[in-house]
Amino acid sequence: MVKNIINRIYLFIIFVFLYAPIAVLIVFSFNDSKSRARWSGFTLKWYEGLLRSPDIKKALYYTIIIAILSSVISTVIGTIAAIGIHNMKKWKKGLVMNLTYLPILNPDIVTGISLMILFIFIRLKLGFFSMLLAHITFNIPYVILSVMPKLKQLNKHLYEAALDLGATPTYAFFKVILPEIMPGIITGALLAFTLSLDDFVISFFNTSSGVTNLSITIYSMARKGVNPTINALSTLMFLTVLILLFIVNKRTSKDTH
Amino acid sequence: MKKKWLSYPYILWMGIFVVVPLILVFFFSITTSSDGTLVFSLEHYRRFMEPLYLKVLLKSISLAGVSTIICLILGYPVALILAGRQMNKKSFLLFLFVLPMWMNFLLRTYAWMTLLEKNGFINTILSLFGLGPFQLLYNDAAVILGMVYNFLPFMVLPIYSVLRKIDHSIIEAAEDLGANQIIIFKKIIFPLSLPGVFSGISMVFMPAVTTFVISRLLGGGQYMLIGNLIERQFLLAGDWNFGSAISIVMMIIILISMGVTSKYDKEHEGGGLW
Repeated sequence: MVKNIINRIYLFIIFVFLYAPIAVLIVFSFNDSKSRARWSGFTLKWYEGLLRSPDIKKALYYTIIIAILSSVISTVIGTIAAIGIHNMKKWKKGLVMNLTYLPILNPDIVTGISLMILFIFIRLKLGFFSMLLAHITFNIPYVILSVMPKLKQLNKHLYEAALDLGATPTYAFFKVILPEIMPGIITGALLAFTLSLDDFVISFFNTSSGVTNLSITIYSMARKGVNPTINALSTLMFLTVLILLFIVNKRTSKDTH
Repeated sequence: MKKKWLSYPYILWMGIFVVVPLILVFFFSITTSSDGTLVFSLEHYRRFMEPLYLKVLLKSISLAGVSTIICLILGYPVALILAGRQMNKKSFLLFLFVLPMWMNFLLRTYAWMTLLEKNGFINTILSLFGLGPFQLLYNDAAVILGMVYNFLPFMVLPIYSVLRKIDHSIIEAAEDLGANQIIIFKKIIFPLSLPGVFSGISMVFMPAVTTFVISRLLGGGQYMLIGNLIERQFLLAGDWNFGSAISIVMMIIILISMGVTSKYDKEHEGGGLW
């Protein structure tokens, strides 16, 4: 019993450590004065400022466009690749899976600078397109890792049965295989979308000053010091991630049941 | 169905955007340009061996090491409690624990700036008691705090998932044979949780040793870790060759630390470079 109470207290302290900074951040996004310590009344002016700021609007636009495009493209490439990898022989499969793990295990900063070198080397102007290519590159492996388990669970005789019953391979793919692996594909797409929304390091090296995402904007603002506008932005981003995570969580728990 | 070719576009993509860039980094690290032509040279690695840069490397490794140890000390009990059977609402607690990890890590780091700065939250509270203000920001402790805060879940989750899989009948058997709680922990639970501990260590150490954001925001503009050094070579100094050499050294450190830890962690399937 005593042990139980100690456990609870310890867990409570850890949760305070984890959540107190976020809570303070959110509370002071509604604070009327610029002070981060004294409460001087409720306001939404930092949120209004956020909505009026052209820099932040532009960054939001690029963040969302790149998240949508990169998650869609990487989901298509990743799903097709996963089917191909699934049908490979053992040692080749291992080789390709190692290639898949490489960008996941490589430090972000190395992925970032290596892509930057590549883009400058082939004279591709850093900006929207280079950032999009970079995001697709780091997203594809996560899609593959989400789709592969579903392919493993798949009963391969279903596809053969469809062919025996006269379905063309394309028809059988869309009517038999695709619906079966769909949960994995959607999880992968959502994961890719979230990762793209959240990315800083790789984007930071692969864009120019004209094209920035929210993370880069936050970094350049935070470098200059504390600013309540960032608090407002943090609150909104935290809520967005919360909602996305809730959806993903619901999906995965449905999958396992 | 033999559709291996379906993966070829992907392999081509990864070849162009993962393998070729890494080859370029390696290429830049071993060349130097003299009069517009590139010649082979190990000068950049030699330069990195100068005390000035070695100090940065050692500092990065030691700060990341300290953060990893703190994460282990703080995180192991959390994993133990979360995996314990007496807790109800376990999955909700786990969700609460994972949630901050999904918040943008710049914002998590920024949150500590607002707490630690000179007229920030903590100093204001301290001033109510007539203390301070203290310089809490822009020192090693602030950077370590930022690392621990950002990466603590990476330590807890792998340990938790290993602890949860421990066969409870082994523990019951030990209890039947008269072992007390301390012996059970020392002889059974801890050794069985080692794979989780090792993957936790590598999952905290790796991002901590490569970060340049935490050190820039919580350590200040003059604060140098190996990540900041790399960033500087590419974005300020324009010395790609030296920056590439540091990156290669960093990759080697990461690969070695992963090789060491993944020996004990055979959990994941089908890949993982080692």
